[in-house]
Amino acid sequence: MSETPVSVTKKAEPQAAAVPAQATSPENGEVLLRVEGLVKHFPIKKGILQRQVAAVKAVDGIDFEVRKGETLGVVGESGCGKSTMGRVITKLIEPTGGKIEFEGQDITKLGTRGMRPLRRDIQMIFQDPYGSLNPRHTIGSIVSAPFRLQGVEPEGGVKKEVQRLLELVGLSPEHFNRYPHEFSGGQRQRIGIARALALKPKLVVADEPVSALDVSIQAQVVNLMDDLQSELGLTYVIIAHDLSVVRHVSDRIAVMYLGKIVELADRTSLYEAPMHPYTKALMSAVPVPDPTRRGAKSERILLKGDVPSPISPPSGCRFHTRCWKATEICKTSEPPLLQLAPGRQVACHHPENAEDQAPDDTTLLAVAKEAIEVVTLARTDTEPEPATESEPDSEPETSDVADVTDAADETDAADSGDAADSGDESEVQPSADADEPDDVQESTDK
Amino acid sequence: MTELSKTGAAVGEPVAEGPSKPPTAFLEVRDLKVHFPTDDGLVKSVDGLSFKLERGKTLSIVGESGSGKSVTSLAIMGLHRLGARGKNVKMSGEIWLDGKELIGAAPDDVRRLRGRDMAMIFQDPLSAMHPYYTVGNQIVEAYRVHNNVSKKVARTRAVELLDRVGIPEPAKRVDSYPHEFSGGMRQRAMIAMSLANNPQLLIADEPTTALDVTVQAQILDLIRDLQKEFESAVVLITHDLGVVAEIADQVLVMYGGRCVERGPVEQIFAEPQHPYTWGLLGSMPRIDREQTERLVPVKGQPPSLINVPSGCAFHPRCPYADLPKGGITRTQRPELQEVGGDHFSACHLSPEDRTRIWTEEIAPKL
Repeated sequence: MSETPVSVTKKAEPQAAAVPAQATSPENGEVLLRVEGLVKHFPIKKGILQRQVAAVKAVDGIDFEVRKGETLGVVGESGCGKSTMGRVITKLIEPTGGKIEFEGQDITKLGTRGMRPLRRDIQMIFQDPYGSLNPRHTIGSIVSAPFRLQGVEPEGGVKKEVQRLLELVGLSPEHFNRYPHEFSGGQRQRIGIARALALKPKLVVADEPVSALDVSIQAQVVNLMDDLQSELGLTYVIIAHDLSVVRHVSDRIAVMYLGKIVELADRTSLYEAPMHPYTKALMSAVPVPDPTRRGAKSERILLKGDVPSPISPPSGCRFHTRCWKATEICKTSEPPLLQLAPGRQVACHHPENAEDQAPDDTTLLAVAKEAIEVVTLARTDTEPEPATESEPDSEPETSDVADVTDAADETDAADSGDAADSGDESEVQPSADADEPDDVQESTDK
Repeated sequence: MTELSKTGAAVGEPVAEGPSKPPTAFLEVRDLKVHFPTDDGLVKSVDGLSFKLERGKTLSIVGESGSGKSVTSLAIMGLHRLGARGKNVKMSGEIWLDGKELIGAAPDDVRRLRGRDMAMIFQDPLSAMHPYYTVGNQIVEAYRVHNNVSKKVARTRAVELLDRVGIPEPAKRVDSYPHEFSGGMRQRAMIAMSLANNPQLLIADEPTTALDVTVQAQILDLIRDLQKEFESAVVLITHDLGVVAEIADQVLVMYGGRCVERGPVEQIFAEPQHPYTWGLLGSMPRIDREQTERLVPVKGQPPSLINVPSGCAFHPRCPYADLPKGGITRTQRPELQEVGGDHFSACHLSPEDRTRIWTEEIAPKL
């Protein structure tokens, strides 16, 4: 809990810089949801006293707002905290710190009772259409549950309203008395959507709504959500890992990495000119369904290794251990989420497609040189291009090499709960004190 | 390593064709049928599938869940007969691997091939690996089954393999348990296991579906490299057309247990000939272009494999089912016909109709 004020004050400055600029942006609508310095840490407890020994920093200080009628897409790799974020803003789990405002009302501290009247305005669609519907309830009772719980008596009775909802999502009203197992995955997802829409919510948070579905069914559900949005004026927060789906459905997109938003921009500019190196790598990793592009000049940035553990995220910029542009400043100071162009917020010292935020610091870290591999998407019968440095003009910095190996050793020696993520070459667990990394790691080694 | 490459070279030589109906390709599947009798009826998971695959080439099998993709791969590996001793499955047809027929072969003979000449990468590495044994032990076991070597030699081989698939500090990680690996590393370890005996045929069943895009890119790159190195034939089962476009040489589209379209990857994407392929292409959001248009989903649900629709199995979902005269789509099953160089499609639509629909209605919306 003690971290809360720290992270809030740390964020306060960039926030102040970013907000006024945003106010002048043309597509500024009414803000429905505002999140400031949101933090969610899950404690790790050990021993008979269950003392907290560490925390999984699932969400570690994020700010964003959702405007009425828009769709905000949230993307990131697994473990970046996007689902936790979704659950915190719907208050399914309590935030550790920060502030959530819904329609101007601070809902952060509201308890179960206080939240209840707001539940009808904030609804959620879950990923797994098998796990989110009670197998012992009929579809009728599942979709009418919101009316029962909220004590709402819709016009013409609950049953009629439920049947109208089923029709709205493309199911037949006769399905009222059936059980979830009688439906296919796509149909179940429609039931989940019908339930979420029952009370005419203002905000719908959808956590991977289509990732469990087949492509053809996925398109049906995406179209359905699209139609419902224009019909009912819904606001969506769509959390997904599929960048193609997010591009299709979102107006603005937030890219998350290790509990932080690294880039927040509107769809077109994000996909056409990503500013954060992580966004760029993520985009280039998506396979494009066009075989003629193979062997063409399209290059792919292959990030090496895995996402570091959110228990002890890297110091400074969290992406610096895998970034090919990382310099000393990335290791020591955390880049704030700044507005670098109208409607585009980026947290990076050396962004792509924008002015360098730390132009003096040009020496690359040793890890940066091996952080990525650029591959040309070649046909199987042609030789792939050898891995190239993206910044050939940079000077080698030999002093850091020892640092890297030491750190890797240290990671391996770390406790086994951490081991799933440890041990990749690019994954350096930097020590807290970045000024004298060598010394610190020597001592931890022994 | 030396012993292995010897084996590899021996197998790599042109095959002298002995059997009565000699196969012309490295892997040839002819009229494969896999049916499962159940209380509800006969489930026709694969119902007459034929294809060929040469060494060094990649075939992608695409289709929705329940179209028979995975059942096909298990049939090639001879894994259907294992559990139930063949009582719960009816298989017919022929599978020729490097001049050997597998369906009629004795289980012991198939077992000798499995893991050595053909290997499989499964979708979920956590459930495919044994949680109780170290990764190294499992690779050692896979190697020693087919090679009479000491544990020590096999262990060296395991470290070598882990190194080859890009696991850092392989000598240390060889003693880790599967749960200590991250998803991407686990998938790498499984690839290492399947490569233990330099297989000539590698079957990957949705190898990247459970992984993040960045890791998916790493794994696809690895499979591509390894294929080049060992000249293996790869069968890649996936539902992601992006992956297909990137890695496949040949594409086979399955629907309701049958092949509806097959051809070189460029043709399948440039001039697809079957309405179901159009549907798949239309329902996919694209990252490479701004899409203001709506997606064009395939309406309805995938067919039940017990009551496969009569005639063309796709006709209940096909927007063009009424175009061919006389309701032929409902009564007569379309056969695969060559529609271009090595490009086959099973559809009743006339070639003129298909070209017109594709160029005028489908392609502009993609």
